[in-house]
Amino acid sequence: MTQATVGKWLDIGPVVQIGPGSARTLPVEGGEEIAVFHTMRGKFYALVNKCPHRQGPLSQGIIHGDTVSCPLHNWRISLQSGEAQGEDEGCTPTIPLKLDAGRIFLLREAVVPQFMPSQPSSAAQSA
Amino acid sequence: MRTAKEKLVVIGNGMAGCRAVEEILTRDPDRYEITIFGAEPRVNYNRIMLSPVLAGEKTFDEIVINGQDWYEENNIALSGGSPVDHIDRDAKTVVTRSGQVAPYDKLVIATGSDPFIIPIPGNDLEGVVTFRDLDDVENMVAAAEKGGDAIVIGGGLLGLEAAHGLSLRGMKVTVIHLMPTLMERQLDEAAGWLLRQELESRGQTILTGANTKEIQGKEGRVAGIELEDGTRVKADIVVMAVGIRPSTGLAKQAGIDCERGIMVDDHMVTSDPAIMAVGECVQHRGLCYGLVAPLWEMCRALADHATDAPTGYPGSVTSTKLKVSGINLFSAGDFSGGEGCEDIVMRDATRGVYKRLVLKDDRLIGAVLYGDTADGNWYFDLLRKEEDLSHIREGLIFGQAFASGGALADPSFAVAALSDDAEICGCNGVSKSTVVTCIEKGAHSLDAVRSQCKASASCGSCTDLVESLLSLTLGGEVESGPQTMCSCTSFTHDDVRRLILEKQLKEIPEVMQELHWTTPDGCSACRPALNYYLMCAWPGEYVDDQKSRFVNERLHANIQKDGTYSVVPRFFGGITNPRELRAIADAVEKYDARMVKVTGGQRLDIFGIRKEDLPAVWADLNAAGLVSGHAYGKALRTVKTCVGSEWCRFGTQDSTGLGVKLEHATWGSWMPHKFKMAVSGCPRNCAESTIKDFGVICVDSGYELHVGGNGGIKVRVTDLLCKVETEEEAMEHCLAFIQLYREDAHYLDRTAPWLERKGLDWIKAQLFDDPQSISRLAQRFRYSQQFSQDDPWAQRAAGDRKDLHSHLAEVRPLAMEKA
Ligand SMILES: Cc1cc2nc3c(=O)[nH]c(=O)nc-3n(C[C@H](O)[C@H](O)[C@H](O)COP(=O)(O)OP(=O)(O)OC[C@H]3O[C@@H](n4cnc5c(N)ncnc54)[C@H](O)[C@@H]3O)c2cc1C
Ligand code: SF4
Ligand code: FES
Repeated sequence: MTQATVGKWLDIGPVVQIGPGSARTLPVEGGEEIAVFHTMRGKFYALVNKCPHRQGPLSQGIIHGDTVSCPLHNWRISLQSGEAQGEDEGCTPTIPLKLDAGRIFLLREAVVPQFMPSQPSSAAQSA
Repeated sequence: MRTAKEKLVVIGNGMAGCRAVEEILTRDPDRYEITIFGAEPRVNYNRIMLSPVLAGEKTFDEIVINGQDWYEENNIALSGGSPVDHIDRDAKTVVTRSGQVAPYDKLVIATGSDPFIIPIPGNDLEGVVTFRDLDDVENMVAAAEKGGDAIVIGGGLLGLEAAHGLSLRGMKVTVIHLMPTLMERQLDEAAGWLLRQELESRGQTILTGANTKEIQGKEGRVAGIELEDGTRVKADIVVMAVGIRPSTGLAKQAGIDCERGIMVDDHMVTSDPAIMAVGECVQHRGLCYGLVAPLWEMCRALADHATDAPTGYPGSVTSTKLKVSGINLFSAGDFSGGEGCEDIVMRDATRGVYKRLVLKDDRLIGAVLYGDTADGNWYFDLLRKEEDLSHIREGLIFGQAFASGGALADPSFAVAALSDDAEICGCNGVSKSTVVTCIEKGAHSLDAVRSQCKASASCGSCTDLVESLLSLTLGGEVESGPQTMCSCTSFTHDDVRRLILEKQLKEIPEVMQELHWTTPDGCSACRPALNYYLMCAWPGEYVDDQKSRFVNERLHANIQKDGTYSVVPRFFGGITNPRELRAIADAVEKYDARMVKVTGGQRLDIFGIRKEDLPAVWADLNAAGLVSGHAYGKALRTVKTCVGSEWCRFGTQDSTGLGVKLEHATWGSWMPHKFKMAVSGCPRNCAESTIKDFGVICVDSGYELHVGGNGGIKVRVTDLLCKVETEEEAMEHCLAFIQLYREDAHYLDRTAPWLERKGLDWIKAQLFDDPQSISRLAQRFRYSQQFSQDDPWAQRAAGDRKDLHSHLAEVRPLAMEKA
């Protein structure tokens, strides 16, 4: 069993897989697809990959500052809080994320809500 | 007889170890009998000055902090060149590699950190060095004496200092950096770009986004490296400066709690009360530090504790400067922004200055200064004191002298206080009185001032000043000028396009710096526009910026409301054949597409393809000879045709043939907006040419050329541009018109609003006043087509930018449960 399968945090691979200013997706069986963002200034965030407006895939938007502009109707969503910015209202769930030793970790129970941290039963494969 | 002194043993003769001892000695010189063990066979020196030693600006003697006499005067036993191998906590002794045993009452671990060696083939070849101690410097100096090529892996603080030193010593240096921005932990993209320009102008080669695959050797010595992308660079020496790791080996072995570093409390005490640790090897409140300033604070706390007057260390905020002569760079705190943060950005292109302050709740939390770092210390002080800055916020970015000047804190007061002959616009040499006179004579907007007295019309850095003068002179009557490109800049689209050419701006960060963008990385409105403007201005030279493209162009397919994509292959002139139709039918079945639809432009649109499947769909379509129809792009979309003289009883010319030729000449070109064409074989106009951006109506005597039509929200019928006699002329005029539109329109303007804004007369004048215009414009278009006519689908199908299509990873908790 790899290290990825134990503990509170889920290892989803090396930081270098996501260039600054871009995002990549992480499908979750039995859960919501997650978008992991890397801002131009080097911050990482993870959000459910759904715009609060009409479920647009936020991972495909243009990232600027700490926000992403949704590719469908250009709502601007905060990467930090998931809240829609400006006049728009709505919120996308955020997933706690941390970086350690050049790798990205997501909080396991936020990735799969029904998943109990004690169950040694998850696998993350590097793409 | 005196009671025996307590025995203090220090492991590590570096900056923290010796400083801790100094601090203890100033508090209580008689308390301890002190022994220091050092792995290096030399006295205590200033490690940060190794950079100037490498650069030849200092000698070793000049960087010694405590020489032999210091150890003697203070009765300190120094064991140089004898690394400690083992700590026996039960016996309270340390044992060196050579077998020397030393008992302690209190132990201080100050082992610093180890350079990180990337685990790639060849990292153990002779000639691969790190940059940590004097031996490393001596190795590099020896290599440099032979001249040749040096590679520095790592474009952080240390790597750049190594690169600087080696280039001063005459080596040809290449810096390989994994991230796209140099010193990305300290600098944002804009400052990183300025730094890169400076280093490149000094002859260094900087490769960013470059991942080293292996170090190649020849007879056991390094000969060069190979990058992941296949690039090879030759080298006589490779310096690895990719990072450091707290040196925790000894502590771990002794069973002391460690995470990333040796865990210490606020008094620098480890999980063993008799053992303290200090310096780069420790982890305090979750943080490890790699700079000297925090060590000083730690050493104070350690000495207070060791002399029974505990105070505690609360953690540090750090700041960084690069020690490369002639480059002024300062960075402190957190400038990565985020919720509730506010950026104040100042760019002064003439002086090469970039400053960015990040405020949160009216307090300074981060600062990056490039070019002018005079106020670095002041900002750092404000940052550490967490002062409320609301009262000086307006003037903060202008520095201490300005912001603390009482009334001067309001920029308009500052402008009012300027003398009449003070220079406002440096580029055009315009004084305050000239600007004021110009305003009084009727220039009541920024734009009017710009056109009448030229102030702020060039680089624009004085825009704020001119605006202040406008409001001072006119009170509330300032007219707002034409719309700026977006809220990141005070320039209009036209200004930006003109200045890109005038000032030869060739990269997005360069435009943002030179034109004083007020945000660090723009927004979703200006970035795609700048990307287009640069591509149009510098064909073949400008490198497209994917992260500034809307998803459709990034993925070369249309995003639909459910997040799937639709794909439209090109049918030149609307013509297809059985092989292509079969490939489309097969792809529809194979990838479970949900619908195939004939578009308004006579193409087939395949709906419901998943992002992951796109490359495979393209590969299949490519195999049948189909290429991308750019239905997703601000680009030439389709050329609609009727059947013309070949089949139709009314047809006067070969409209289908001309449509095919036009599409072959123009496909792949990027435009300010989508661009559609049509060719009809006679005035019955079956191809609906009169609502296209460029339409041709064939007539007996030749070709009528129509422009500026739109079938979209606001239907607009074309204007007749001219009539020509031959097909060649029709083609040439088409290319010229397209190029004029490409070079002049605002991003996201279709031809219809563009034409209405500029007027048909203006467009005709551009094309026809000078008999050379048509061929010159057409020639520029053809030149740029050389670089844009390769099928983006083919590149992607061949595996280019796989990361855009594949998932990062997959989480399958349920699958594992079953297993
Ligand atoms: C080239 C260079 C330039 C730098 N520039 C700057 C700068 O501009 N600004 C800044 O703030 N910081 C700079 N730094 C970082 C700074 O030097 C360090 O933060 C600082 O030296 C750390 O002090 P320390 O005592 O923890 O570790 P060190 O100074 O590294 O001392 C640790 C000592 O412990 C010894 N040691 C290790 N293991 C053992 C053992 N088992 N037994 C005995 N001895 C052992 C080592 O040989 C070493 O001498 C620079 C570093 C380098 C290498
Ligand atoms: S436009 Fe004229 S030539 Fe073309 S199909 Fe219609 S009638 Fe025939
Ligand atoms: S779905 Fe995101 S803006 Fe509409």
